[in-house]
Amino acid sequence: MPLQQSTNRQSGNIVSAPFIESGQSISGVMRQVIYALLPALVVAFYCFGWGIITNLVIACAGALAWESLMLYLRNRPVTSYIMDTSALVTAILLGMALPPMAPWWLLLTGTFFAIAVAKQLYGGLGYNALNPAMAGYAVLLISFPREMSAWLTPLALPVAELGFFETMAWVFFEEPPNDVALDTLTSATPLDYLRTEISRGVSFSEVRLSPVVGVIAGKGVEWINLAVLLGGLWLCYKRLITWHIPVSVLVGLGVLSGAFHLYASERFADPVFHMFSGATMLCAFFIATDPVTAPATPLGKLIYGLLIGLLIYIIRTWGGYPDAVAFAVLLMNFTAPLLDQYTQPRIYGAGKRNGRARNG
Amino acid sequence: MLIIATAALVFGVLLGFAAIKFHIEGDPVVDKIDAILPQTQCGQCGYPGCKPYAKAVASGEADINQCAPGGEQAVMALAGLLGREPKPLSAELGSGNSDEPMVALINEETCIGCTKCIQVCPVDAIVGAAKHKHTVIEAYCTGCKLCLPPVCPVENCIVMETVRPTATLWKWPEPARFSEPMRGAGS
Amino acid sequence: MMIKRILKKTLLQKPFLKKECKLHGGIKLQGFKSLSNATAVQILSVPPQLIIPLKQHIGEAAKPIVNVGDLVYKGQIIAEPNGYISSPVHASSSGVVAAIEARPIPHASPIKETCIVIHTDRKDQWHPFVQSTPEPLALPPEDLRQRIRDAGIAGLGGAVFPSAVKLKPTSDITTLIINGVECEPYITCDDVLMRHHADAIIQGALLLARIVRPQKIIVAIEDNKPQAFQSVTNAINRLKAAGAAAANTIHAAQVPEIFPAGGEKQLIKVLTGKEVPSGSLPYELGIICINVGTTAAIYDALYKGQPLVSRIMTVTGEGLDAPGNYRVLLGTPIHYVLANAGVARQHNAEVIMGGPMMGVAIADHAAPVVKATNCLLIKNTRQIRQPPASMPCIRCGRCATVCPITLLPQQLYWHARSKEFDKLPAYHIDDCIECGCCQVVCPAKLPLVHYFRFAKSELKARERERKKADVSRLRNEARQVRSEKARIEQEERKARRKAARKQVITPETNPDQSTPDSLNASSLQGVAPEPQTHENTSMVKHEDQTKTMAR
Repeated sequence: MPLQQSTNRQSGNIVSAPFIESGQSISGVMRQVIYALLPALVVAFYCFGWGIITNLVIACAGALAWESLMLYLRNRPVTSYIMDTSALVTAILLGMALPPMAPWWLLLTGTFFAIAVAKQLYGGLGYNALNPAMAGYAVLLISFPREMSAWLTPLALPVAELGFFETMAWVFFEEPPNDVALDTLTSATPLDYLRTEISRGVSFSEVRLSPVVGVIAGKGVEWINLAVLLGGLWLCYKRLITWHIPVSVLVGLGVLSGAFHLYASERFADPVFHMFSGATMLCAFFIATDPVTAPATPLGKLIYGLLIGLLIYIIRTWGGYPDAVAFAVLLMNFTAPLLDQYTQPRIYGAGKRNGRARNG
Repeated sequence: MLIIATAALVFGVLLGFAAIKFHIEGDPVVDKIDAILPQTQCGQCGYPGCKPYAKAVASGEADINQCAPGGEQAVMALAGLLGREPKPLSAELGSGNSDEPMVALINEETCIGCTKCIQVCPVDAIVGAAKHKHTVIEAYCTGCKLCLPPVCPVENCIVMETVRPTATLWKWPEPARFSEPMRGAGS
Repeated sequence: MMIKRILKKTLLQKPFLKKECKLHGGIKLQGFKSLSNATAVQILSVPPQLIIPLKQHIGEAAKPIVNVGDLVYKGQIIAEPNGYISSPVHASSSGVVAAIEARPIPHASPIKETCIVIHTDRKDQWHPFVQSTPEPLALPPEDLRQRIRDAGIAGLGGAVFPSAVKLKPTSDITTLIINGVECEPYITCDDVLMRHHADAIIQGALLLARIVRPQKIIVAIEDNKPQAFQSVTNAINRLKAAGAAAANTIHAAQVPEIFPAGGEKQLIKVLTGKEVPSGSLPYELGIICINVGTTAAIYDALYKGQPLVSRIMTVTGEGLDAPGNYRVLLGTPIHYVLANAGVARQHNAEVIMGGPMMGVAIADHAAPVVKATNCLLIKNTRQIRQPPASMPCIRCGRCATVCPITLLPQQLYWHARSKEFDKLPAYHIDDCIECGCCQVVCPAKLPLVHYFRFAKSELKARERERKKADVSRLRNEARQVRSEKARIEQEERKARRKAARKQVITPETNPDQSTPDSLNASSLQGVAPEPQTHENTSMVKHEDQTKTMAR
């Protein structure tokens, strides 16, 4: 048989084992995250109407547009990087965090800061230091406080017929729906209401009886949080996220709020109220678990989540803004590299495992 | 004021005492710089060997980017050690250095046994006697090129050769940075 | 009581159920074992040419002791060990030594190393000194060890560490583990060996026990090999029935089907719960781990007197005519094996020596099979040479979840990518066993193992350069001292000559007395440095030569 001569088949192309195709891809992971958010989106649509849909659509379109532009300017191959759908996840989280029926320019500015500045300018996927959705949200909250506090009253659709076209008219042209002033359609969020009433001296039990509060927490919002919780548990089951961050966020928030509630139950809300209000569940399962900005070590994740939980409670109760998720997460994003460095796990063969301490 | 004066006196005495008791021979920085340099002893930096260059760098007389065999790796290490700004290799060094390690090879057919190369080799890597064939010990040759003509009077007797790759010396190449090429001239 | 006995037996057979034996990480892989474990071992014919590398093991390459044109028999030693950690090399078949030159070796790159090339005469005659020994168990342990060394036995599980060196540990051995786990997909050579030659394995284990005297012997088998487990258990029972005292110390244990449970360090943890300390070897824990293939080779060497000249290897892959296990002579060119195993389209075929997780994609098919070749896995060129496009790392941390050494592959990747090699030892890059688990689960499809190998070889190269630089520095300093001494002596001679000349000028009675002095002085002057240099270098030359030889 002919001797195989020295190969010139792709010479210089030295490849290394393993030669097994890896099962998951980044776009697969991101898609599964979006599926986990679908229940919450359905519930949100039921609570807030078409406003949520316009939020999401404009945010997604804006995010993809900004990302394509930035990738083009950075000379990266646009299509393959867009296909990983990470921009869509950011857009959906931002769309859910913003008030429904937000004006189109608000959403585009938000996605600009989230995608173009916080993500792409820092190096693109995998290189950003701050959570993009939360960075965009924080910038909007500080720059446009009036628009950011215009939350529709949930489950209050009979107040005005907010059909599809009325929503579009408001969002794009700022035409008040059915000539009803927007002020009558919006109301304070449950957390905002809690703050103002408590500061006025109203006891927590009375606050609970107001129409703003539903079964265990804010009306409407509690169902969204529940749906997010279910989606998050599915993500844990699928091993897309580990249990460390969600559990530690909820434990941190629960322990601190529980302690204060036990101390003075009329001045501080109970833990369940906190856990199902605002964006707590969204934070615990989807925002804080963003892999790029969270620590990688198990112990680091626990500390990270715990401090986020504590910060959420502190800022909500004594800080300047009613919902604290964005700021808590951004603050802890800064500490992630430090946590990583000092919480390395013990490796196989190091430590006093075999009765012999070694320099690991 | 009296307290300050007494304190100053006490600390002065202590410092003087420490200067005598903990005195170190030589300059440890020079040794640390020398430990970074590749010990090729080629003289391309302008100094007759690595130790003199290390002394010059320590005293500030020489810049950190003059070592050609050390390359960028040495520049970065020296920059980190001394707290100076890293910079590209000095332009005076030219581009004569290849990335692959090279050793000298003597063609024993044409060697006339003049011992001129033996006298210049900074690490005694050449063996031979007057009017006898010379040869280079590959393990000790640093590739400094000091033995090449004009030192060697014979043409094509001593040349530089790349070290033959073996499985022990082989290095895994760096994986490609990006799977897809950049558009335009961005890469 | 019954329950306690059943529990004890279960834990003996499945020690991994204990808490301390739980492995961190690892992944479940599809086995593809049925492609090749259905048929019995076939014996491959003698090829026309055998290319036998001098270095088929960890340690120094062997030194050839035959010359071109010599006639050699099968099993004849053709290269002797060079140093302590080394192994001899034998002719795999009878024939003529055609060349001792650089030939391609099975490697990821097309490099060549010195090989002994034998043109076979197809007679396949064993050397007359290859004779069986009736009672090797009666021989002293050191004798057995020497015979294992002379037979050229090295670890056939893939690490190819010279077995004789491994069998002389410095601490007492409590456990001898015979590794039949074979956790990599596609490979079935150990499985088939255990099914059909369990007695050889058990007898080999007893011989090993005679050398290292352990308290117990465990034969570890993955739980996806029930037939092999049954076969080994039967062999142990036969031993018990024959009344051998050692039979009570040996038992078979099952290991869960998780990759890489078959790696030495992981296997020790799964079976005994102990961890091998970082940077040291299992013998420090009193454990020695030997592959079943090596054990069978030791049986052949000690009972039949046959050195290691062939081995069983799996030839497998999708689309082969005749995948299965073959007994192949060492030194057979890979393309010869492929042709006989019915690889249909050789020009499109990529050969991986080993398994898909830790194997090597061979650059040149003219390379021979060696002691380390446990499997030849045939894949399509496109599958191998064009790895999937990788995305940026999203820091998901899945790599750390599956790492069996509990490393942080993410951090290793970042530092290796940015070439900050001095930061890597702090993250324990030397403990990485390059199993590939991290790369298989990475959603960004990063070439992690490639980065780690790149970083490791770079660190090794820097260590080598540092050592060489230290030697150069010492030699340079010695030379400077010598030159200084020579210069001083030269000046002294000058001074003496000057003084002698002064003497010549004053006493005019002895003019001819002075001239010889001055003549001698001046003739010495020009030559003074050289005798010293030559003297020193010729003294140095002798020790250098021995050093270069030893390299």
